[in-house]
Amino acid sequence: MARALSPRRQLITTIAAWSVALLIFFPVLWMILTSFKTEPSAVAMPPEFLSADWTLENYAEVWARSDYPRFFWNSVVISVGSTLLGLVVAVPAAWAMAFVPGRRTKDLLMWMLSTKMMPAVAVMIPLYLLFQRLGLIDTKFGLVIALMLMNLPIIVWMLYTYFKEIPGEILEAARMDGASLWNEIVHVLTPMALPGIASTMLLNIILAWNEAFWTIVLTTTKAAPLSAFIASFSAPQGLFYAKLSAASAMAILPILILGWFSQKQLVRGLTFGAVK
Amino acid sequence: MGKIELTKVRKSFGDVDVIPGIDLTIENGEFVVFVGPSGCGKSTLLRLIAGLEDTTSGTIEIDGKDATNLPPAKRGLAMVFQSYALYPHMTVRKNIAFPLKMAGMDQAEQDRRVERAAKVLNLATYLDRRPGQLSGGQRQRVAIGRAIVREPAAFLFDEPLSNLDAALRVGMRQEISELHQSLKTTMIYVTHDQVEAMTMADKIVVLNAGRIEQVGAPLELYNHPRNLFVACFIGSPKMNVIEGAEAAKHNAHSIGIRPEHITVGDGPWEGVVGLSEHLGSDSFLKVAVEGIGTLTVRAPGEIHAHHGDRIRLAPAGKIHRFDAQGLAL
Amino acid sequence: MSTQSSRLAARMMVAPSVVLLLIWMIVPLAMTLYYSFRFYRLLSPDRTGWTGFTNYLWFFNSPDFWLALWNTLALVGGVLVITVTLGILIALLIDQPVKGQGLLRILVIAPFFVMPPVAASIWENLFMHPQNGLFAAVARGFGAQPILFLEQYPMLSVIGIVSWEWLPFATLILLTALQSLSSEQLEAAEMDGASAFSRFRYIILPHMTRAITVVILIQTIFLLGIFGEIFTTTQGGPGSASTTLPYMIFKQAIAAKDIGRAAAGGIIAVILANIVAYFLMRGLGRNLEN
Repeated sequence: MARALSPRRQLITTIAAWSVALLIFFPVLWMILTSFKTEPSAVAMPPEFLSADWTLENYAEVWARSDYPRFFWNSVVISVGSTLLGLVVAVPAAWAMAFVPGRRTKDLLMWMLSTKMMPAVAVMIPLYLLFQRLGLIDTKFGLVIALMLMNLPIIVWMLYTYFKEIPGEILEAARMDGASLWNEIVHVLTPMALPGIASTMLLNIILAWNEAFWTIVLTTTKAAPLSAFIASFSAPQGLFYAKLSAASAMAILPILILGWFSQKQLVRGLTFGAVK
Repeated sequence: MGKIELTKVRKSFGDVDVIPGIDLTIENGEFVVFVGPSGCGKSTLLRLIAGLEDTTSGTIEIDGKDATNLPPAKRGLAMVFQSYALYPHMTVRKNIAFPLKMAGMDQAEQDRRVERAAKVLNLATYLDRRPGQLSGGQRQRVAIGRAIVREPAAFLFDEPLSNLDAALRVGMRQEISELHQSLKTTMIYVTHDQVEAMTMADKIVVLNAGRIEQVGAPLELYNHPRNLFVACFIGSPKMNVIEGAEAAKHNAHSIGIRPEHITVGDGPWEGVVGLSEHLGSDSFLKVAVEGIGTLTVRAPGEIHAHHGDRIRLAPAGKIHRFDAQGLAL
Repeated sequence: MSTQSSRLAARMMVAPSVVLLLIWMIVPLAMTLYYSFRFYRLLSPDRTGWTGFTNYLWFFNSPDFWLALWNTLALVGGVLVITVTLGILIALLIDQPVKGQGLLRILVIAPFFVMPPVAASIWENLFMHPQNGLFAAVARGFGAQPILFLEQYPMLSVIGIVSWEWLPFATLILLTALQSLSSEQLEAAEMDGASAFSRFRYIILPHMTRAITVVILIQTIFLLGIFGEIFTTTQGGPGSASTTLPYMIFKQAIAAKDIGRAAAGGIIAVILANIVAYFLMRGLGRNLEN
């Protein structure tokens, strides 16, 4: 609905839109700026912008004092692992719901989503005990399983909406062409739904990366990802703003950059098939 | 080979009998057209033969072997879908080769067959394009190519021309007919268009509400419709049906007379021209005749008859007679 | 439209997801239900046994519980209202032919990538802190006393932080919906004499219904369990002023080490979630059908 506006109105809307966008982005920007200031400069009153004391010291110190690479690696393994495992379980389910729908399919989908409404805190203790019993506390595998199950309803739902856009006749054609169910899914469905699958993956990697309840409850040190790293950092360090900001930046930048690069796919994924 | 035999084939969705029970034999090499109004069950019947739907009861035999419970892939049939159902992520070459790849055929043989099919269908220059870059007619040909490479026992066509524009449709119709003449393989073709049925079929199966109304060669159906439904469905424009006193004169509940079997000039019926369509080759007139109703008349192209003219009409051809149940007498 | 064999295959392919989710849901739920009727305090390990509804009654008799219930609903409702309203306004703004739209979207989406503990700590320390926060600096700049956000308006502050996190999600979905509206429809409405407001009310808003539904549905799912933001900022305080139901359960489990009570709270939270889910599905399920 882009219509030609008068130059004056276009200038006003451009300024307005940019102001709003910068306002929304400002906290992140401020955090990043703070992370490059010395501690006194970070808490200086009035706040310093151009006159600040710029330094890379904070990053060096956070890097030296914590085991950042390990936290980072744990985050990667957990978010990617849980997403891939989730896809393996969800693709067949979404195929079935999209192409062989029954009377109960919609209800089943809603039930799956409703499992996500159960507050995590409510089942924290039993799950903790269960994980302890199974020896999964503070293991990457345990977190992969937990986050996979947590996000499974979302993965199924997203894939379902993407699969439904693929005409059933094409899958029937594959069946007539002699494709087994496996070949039908591997050679026809998956390549056709690839953009949707990519969006689903991206969104779930981000959700898993940012998950900050189970990752903290179910880990201590070995398997702790960046969300646990930042939680541990903020508590005892108190008011070292610059270092806290540097640590925060290190926790969110990988996913922020991934998200920015894949913005298009992500937005498609975010709409959950709500918008055709 | 490709003889298909349906015995008491029934299909119901829940409580609804879509097909209450059909017996039909399709001989090897025949071009059979299933025709009928939408919702008559013709597509369902085709999908039952394809194996894309389960039969509720009855048996389907292909070449003497019971195929009722075989999955589609094992029936040795190929299908061309209404939407063409091409794989959008594969090139034309890969699309056509897909069934061969699924059958585990070696690459050299795959290439050979794809090249041959492409030549027959004039697709050789498009082999490395994707379906999205092709026109409707070309996509149609790719779908046919994908069907013929497998050398199936029979081809199934599900309204394959309905997405093409009128001019292309005539061309493709002829191509499919020629293909049938050169391959001599059984073809089953579903359409709602009686012109396609008349021009292509060896044998037409007229379906209505899941039942077979009549099976026969095109001219047999035209000349000897078994009932009013077939009489009205086959032939264009539609047959005129007259009831009441005029029908009683012929000792029937109703009589049918085709527009092309009425001449303008002298005759027993007199009426006023309502609508007149002058196509050049023919003129179609809607004439309101007293005591009979509105008759459609096919007159020569040069006739001078316009809205409001009074003309006289005479029957000049076969008059079909039907009883109260609509069966031909 | 399918065959028996494909229906069978479908059932087998849905099975793993269903079974896994059932286990993931039923086992902890059953354990929670069991504990909720037990006396189970980590501080007095010798005393065990059934206590009937004592744990539940403790909740219903606690004034904190009703406050927590209210806080939970206020958090969900408040964030929904803020994000949907602002989301629509921002989407309408960004949808205009604005220079540098791509970069604009990147800026707007950024908060979505910030994990809750980081988001909470940015706001708590860099903005809302009464001495060093940016807001305090601004207040002083105007010669006013800095507002003690987390002490005086803890719940509103939390709602603000969470709204900031979820605003990009709402905005982007609504923007995508807006962009799929054909300009012909709007032009037709303009030809019919509809004012800008009428065009929004009768064309744009109905067009976005489905997108708004999805925003509400997805956000509610996540908002009902909000925990990290409160944990990082107010710790449920001052007093119990910003304690939500999940946080109250957490306090019982971790601070009071009363597993029985925490479990009873968990069951109450699950029931609450189900009630919300029921009304949500009844009210909005219609909009999702197509």
